[in-house]
Amino acid sequence: MIQGKIWKFGNDVDTDVIIPARYLNVSAESELAKNCFADIRPDFAGAVSAGDILVAGKNFGCGSSREHAPIAIKAAGIRAIVAESFARIFYRNAFNIGLPLLESVEASKALSDGENAVIDLAAGRIEGKGQVFSARPIPDFMAELIDAGGLVDYIRKVKIGR
Amino acid sequence: MSMTITEKILAVHAGRDHVSPGDLIEAKVDMALANDVTAPLAIKVFREIGVEKVFDTDKVTLVADHFVPNKDIASAEQVKIVREFARQQGLKNYFEGGESGIEHVILPEKGLVLPGQLIIGADSHTCTYGALGAFSTGVGSTDLGAVMATGEIWLKVPPTILLRYEGSLQPHVGGKDLILHTIGLLGVEGALYCAMEFTGGVISRLPMYQRFTMSNMAIEAGGKNGIMELDETTLAYVAGRTSLKPDIFRSDPDADYERVIDIDVSGIEPQVAFPHLPSNVRPVSEVGNVLIDQVVIGSCTNGWLEDLRDAASILKGRKVSPGLRLIIMPGSPLIYKLAMREGILETFLDAGAVIGPPSCGPCLGGHMGVLASGERAVATTNRNFVGRMGHPESEVYLANPFVAAASAVLGRVGGPDQL
Ligand code: SF4
Repeated sequence: MIQGKIWKFGNDVDTDVIIPARYLNVSAESELAKNCFADIRPDFAGAVSAGDILVAGKNFGCGSSREHAPIAIKAAGIRAIVAESFARIFYRNAFNIGLPLLESVEASKALSDGENAVIDLAAGRIEGKGQVFSARPIPDFMAELIDAGGLVDYIRKVKIGR
Repeated sequence: MSMTITEKILAVHAGRDHVSPGDLIEAKVDMALANDVTAPLAIKVFREIGVEKVFDTDKVTLVADHFVPNKDIASAEQVKIVREFARQQGLKNYFEGGESGIEHVILPEKGLVLPGQLIIGADSHTCTYGALGAFSTGVGSTDLGAVMATGEIWLKVPPTILLRYEGSLQPHVGGKDLILHTIGLLGVEGALYCAMEFTGGVISRLPMYQRFTMSNMAIEAGGKNGIMELDETTLAYVAGRTSLKPDIFRSDPDADYERVIDIDVSGIEPQVAFPHLPSNVRPVSEVGNVLIDQVVIGSCTNGWLEDLRDAASILKGRKVSPGLRLIIMPGSPLIYKLAMREGILETFLDAGAVIGPPSCGPCLGGHMGVLASGERAVATTNRNFVGRMGHPESEVYLANPFVAAASAVLGRVGGPDQL
């Protein structure tokens, strides 16, 4: 169960605004987190709490294939992203680093900034604004991937038993 | 239940009877590919995972093609990492030096990718092999590192956009123009998440090299893959390149498509994509007076032998415009040799061209043909983003080999009928 405050964004949020290229000269997660959304939402990095939820519109994470983008969001404390749709490579990269994504047009439209939401990943259920929204549930193996903390750890723990 | 060709290939590789768009699956990979830019990162991930050996030494192919022959110390170090890994792992297919060409040309040429297979590459133009009736797509380095360790990949089954091409092609119009026209129609995100399935009478008459060109640029519309059904042309291409029997998959007639788009090709002229997006297309007759400094013919999009023949047919007996640099990059050593034997290279040299080694070279602004500020190039490559071929204030115009060759003679962007 994920429970937290909503940070709401619009359509076509690209990887350059998630983590501007000038901050890519370091790869330490804490540094990336500090500069997450630095240009479009400078208050984000300071105010986000561990467990919060990001809600966005269409085509979230478009642009370059840099894995730094989902890493920055996850390291800042965001535990899940709900959006109408995600750019393809961002989608892969997020799950691969252990950040779950849910697609729900209704939830994305209804939920607003600063309110609370509760997400049941296994059931694909999103609660907020006194309503319940359903996204496609995350299949078991994807949930395992998230539980393990990402693709590398998932393979180490689950697939080769280390 | 009915399925598209993409769904069928994914279902078989996931060990399932049926998959639907949106399903997340774990699929077995028939071939994993990386190049000198992406392999070093994937190797790092592979080591973090901690397995000793790649899942199958026949099914991991590493190609040094981007910055080779090594352009500087940094790229030499990258290639060294890849070479040492390939040796230490005993990989059957590592290509460098005189054995190497552009990855998406040499893999089909050597029969390393086949119809019905599932191919994953740490390079976005891995979608090229869709032309053979395979499912192939590009991923990041973490994904590829994991594939090298396990032989499996997780995938989300894409919905399919069916593109049907009918009518008859005008002279000097081919696969490059069809795909540029299509990207212009859909936009650079028009096929996001989606499989693109190319079909219709025009595709069935298209020669193999032009089919590769179309599948190669599926990613430029945001597509996950760009697939065509296998036919006699495919089988004739594959014959003699492998001892394996290709798996044949076809879309069911009542398969579900997200969209069906019918394209009448009869009115399509040679297309030119203006800076800085591949979707920014215009017919060659409406280009205006765009003076150019350089022409590049080659790349994984148009570096096939027949592409060179098409360009040579225009350049035969002509000279490039004074002061213009024409750079030819054959796709593979075999193509280089055959072009030499046919006298095509001589035609190029007589016209005043520079012939480079089979490599990516100027396509990504790497080396061997980088543009200065304010310079313009016509290229048969696939991307014309800001700074793609050099300085951020340079410009790239994408076109087919006929138009590129004609432009080299004209000194401006133009088609063969303007010569
Ligand atoms: S030729 Fe260009 S597009 Fe093709 S693999 Fe090389 S750099 Fe990439």
